[in-house]
Amino acid sequence: MSAGSAPWLEHNLTQSEYELILGLMGREPNFLELALFGVMWSEHCGYKNSKAQLKKLPTQGPQVLQGPGENAGVVYLGDGLAAAFKMESHNHPSAIEPYQGAATGVGGIIRDIFAMGARPIASLNSLRFGNVDDNHVKRLLNGVVSGIGDYGNCMGIPTVGGDVYFHPSYQGNPLVNAMCLGLMKADKIYRGQAAGVGNVVMLVGARTGRDGIKGASFASEELSDLDQDKRPNVQVGDPFMEKLLMEATLEILEKDLVVGLQDLGAAGLTSSGAEMAGRAGSGLYMDLDLVPLREKGLLDWEIMLSESQERMLLVVEPSKVEAISEVFDKWDLLAVAIGKVTSDGNFTLRRGEKVLAAVPAQFLTDRVPIYQRPFSEPAYYQAAKKADLTVTQNQGDWSGLLFKLMASPNLSSRAWVYEQYDHMVGLNTVVRPGGDAALLRLPGTRRGLALSSDCNARYVYLDPHLGAAIAVAEAALNVAAVGAKPLALTNCLNFGNPENPEIYWQFVKATDGLAQAAKALNTPVTGGNVSFYNEYDKRAIFPTPTIGMIGVIEDIENRLTHGFKKPGHLIVLVGESKEELGASEVHYLLTGRDEGPVPSLDLERAARLNDFLVEAAKKSLLASAHDLAEGGLAAGLAECCFPLNLGAKVKSEAPVSAAAAFFGESQSRVLISLPEENLRALKALLAQSRLPHGLIGQVTSEDRLTIDHGREKLEANLSDLKVAWSEALPRAAAL
Amino acid sequence: MSVKTAVVVFPGSNCDQDNVRSWKAISGLDAQLVWHKEASLPNYDLVIIPGGFAFGDYLRCGAIARFSPVMSEIVRLAKRGNLVLGICNGFQILTEAGLLPGALNHNKNLKYLCLDVFLRVENAQTAFTGDYSKGQVIKIPISHGCGGFSLKGSELKTLNDRDRVVFRYCAPDGSVSAEDAPNGSLDNVAGIINEGGNVLGMMPHPERLAEKELGGLDGRPLFTSILRTLKGGS
Repeated sequence: MSAGSAPWLEHNLTQSEYELILGLMGREPNFLELALFGVMWSEHCGYKNSKAQLKKLPTQGPQVLQGPGENAGVVYLGDGLAAAFKMESHNHPSAIEPYQGAATGVGGIIRDIFAMGARPIASLNSLRFGNVDDNHVKRLLNGVVSGIGDYGNCMGIPTVGGDVYFHPSYQGNPLVNAMCLGLMKADKIYRGQAAGVGNVVMLVGARTGRDGIKGASFASEELSDLDQDKRPNVQVGDPFMEKLLMEATLEILEKDLVVGLQDLGAAGLTSSGAEMAGRAGSGLYMDLDLVPLREKGLLDWEIMLSESQERMLLVVEPSKVEAISEVFDKWDLLAVAIGKVTSDGNFTLRRGEKVLAAVPAQFLTDRVPIYQRPFSEPAYYQAAKKADLTVTQNQGDWSGLLFKLMASPNLSSRAWVYEQYDHMVGLNTVVRPGGDAALLRLPGTRRGLALSSDCNARYVYLDPHLGAAIAVAEAALNVAAVGAKPLALTNCLNFGNPENPEIYWQFVKATDGLAQAAKALNTPVTGGNVSFYNEYDKRAIFPTPTIGMIGVIEDIENRLTHGFKKPGHLIVLVGESKEELGASEVHYLLTGRDEGPVPSLDLERAARLNDFLVEAAKKSLLASAHDLAEGGLAAGLAECCFPLNLGAKVKSEAPVSAAAAFFGESQSRVLISLPEENLRALKALLAQSRLPHGLIGQVTSEDRLTIDHGREKLEANLSDLKVAWSEALPRAAAL
Repeated sequence: MSVKTAVVVFPGSNCDQDNVRSWKAISGLDAQLVWHKEASLPNYDLVIIPGGFAFGDYLRCGAIARFSPVMSEIVRLAKRGNLVLGICNGFQILTEAGLLPGALNHNKNLKYLCLDVFLRVENAQTAFTGDYSKGQVIKIPISHGCGGFSLKGSELKTLNDRDRVVFRYCAPDGSVSAEDAPNGSLDNVAGIINEGGNVLGMMPHPERLAEKELGGLDGRPLFTSILRTLKGGS
């Protein structure tokens, strides 16, 4: 069939979608109009496969000033301050061109944040790669980390945290999820609305070129070997340009010169124009002759679909145009009036007086078909629960196992990654990367803001509902472990092809779990992004609903860090250790199998644990706090010993196997240390919080970690362990 | 005397506000942000060229910035003997402008590096380092992709003979060997001063560890030294 007889094909639309468009328009759309529908109705822009499920997520709360639907969510932090924050994926571009793909992912999310009127003060990145022994994966890892670093470093926005995991499911389709947070006055939120008929539409920043054309549609397809041809779909970043654009934009917002603004991300001028008009219920026109181009001869549809980076669309009152031009002149940037807000509701494209396309804006933004996809439970789900975990239980060389675990790709030190990122610029980073969560001080206040990203995708794969709930609980606990109260979350939902009922089942169950946990922990979802079609040669990634959590501590003086502080301090394990080796990192290390029941989660207790940590920090009872995750108690203790090179002597009395005691991954557990004189007050607070706990040992000055469990013993030399832990990732990543 | 301080802002500077904030917190005095297009600078007692990526560090770090109008004024002030401090990108710009010798090459592992390093104070008798003691070991972060100092052998000898290497990368115990310079700096050079003793360039960021909340105070004496020098001049 030629495109002529099936015009929807080359715009990635289906025949039924085309017929829907015919019905809406009441006429045949021309090529350009159909191209607008093609990108706006792509999954990436239109969320047609996910919207029905996203409705389940809690988005409200007294702390929420702006929920989903804008450039970014906004929450109130106290003292008149608010944070705009969001996470977004840039997976497919990074698979094809890791350096530029990751860099422009960072650039895009930064623009989303300053488009709300906030000054970006922190970035995080959640990354997933295939088997790190593979040379292609090494190249991806190096490229992605350099791309993130070079962009964020040049912008002067500290990259303060994130998470990195390796698993073969990400072999051809890595995940690059970038999160950014900005600070603003709570009463100065800007929105992406094209309000006020007669107001001027201005395009500012970089010129428009051919890069990234149809990136949004590309993001809504699966990858395969043929995709090296898709390099033209990948955008190219210029962080210096973005730095100027950010400073100029923040300057015009400070001067109150703007009605509404939006960054040009996926689908470029098309989505920013249509969305701004759609939200305001207005229309607008753009004259393509006025768009500054990087090269001559761009076609109409190329201009409209270009994803050239470092551009913003502004809507301004006519009297302010000159003042805006002056600011952009100072920064040596272009600022060009390309159109106006109209009352006809149409998104109109012209060249001079000649109309090229006219589509009601809301057809593009609000009439996207919403699909209730069929879903069915995959066969692996029940089978994997009946795993044989005896191999792991019957190990004997516990110390050797701890060495292997701490040097494994998923548990080894991340310093090789975060030392390539400037994580201190801005002078706000009071808890640096490497702990449970990063903590930034908020200038002019005593408050601090904690940030963490997390998702154990093996849990989600084996039990999407429970696994997604654990991702939320884990991210919240990370934030609480520095003494901050979890406040709200953003997410990036990375899945395979939603047209596959078994993948869609993962999506439905995971969003159920996410919704349940976000409600229980009182951390509403203020925005995020869905990334489907993460498949390579028909193999889907592990479902990976990455959570970006933020929280607030009232006084940074009370902040907690994970490292033990002093020999003689008591070590208390809060939470319950169960016979939970299923889905664990240690079982995977020993068997290479992703199997077993996922650890149980009591959300009500998880909420009490968070409150307990915030309260204990406030009362200055604790010397350290560290959440237990992959690798369990043994890995957690080692991590607490490393920062100040202290030792620990511990006795486990949990009624479980030695393997589960040392390496089990029971949820909602925290290792705390404290001076003996605080023990009575701590016990009272724990009793009041109804949390199970045990005084398990002491911090020592020895270079040794000892854990006794019945007749079994784990003993490790810590300086050797630290070397193994520190050197593993740099060695694995070396090209 | 009142102390007049300028912090220069190039397009792409990103530690400008940090330096204003630090200077205020430590000295209690104001600092003025000065845009790079300023073609005439009043007689600032102290000019700080902050870190960042002036003009994106495209071409070569500092190579474009040195042509900004403000640079000829900085050269004028430096010749007058006023204090000029270049941190990180500021150091790179000072070498490009010829106010300090040498060049800063790509780090030896070709990667950007942001981490705390140890420095040995080699000269505590400069206008910038009076509040340190000679041989003192301090912890200060670096954050750069191009920090490997290089210089012709004969010129390096002059620097050393004239006590113009002010900071060296070292081990926590103060010993100096090549592996203590994470960026591969020649002779472990982390900071140098000009012949006149009024222009200091350094790759590490003293402003980043000058408050307790940020995890250390070892950067603070650099700023108190400057203040003492300037106040002592009255």
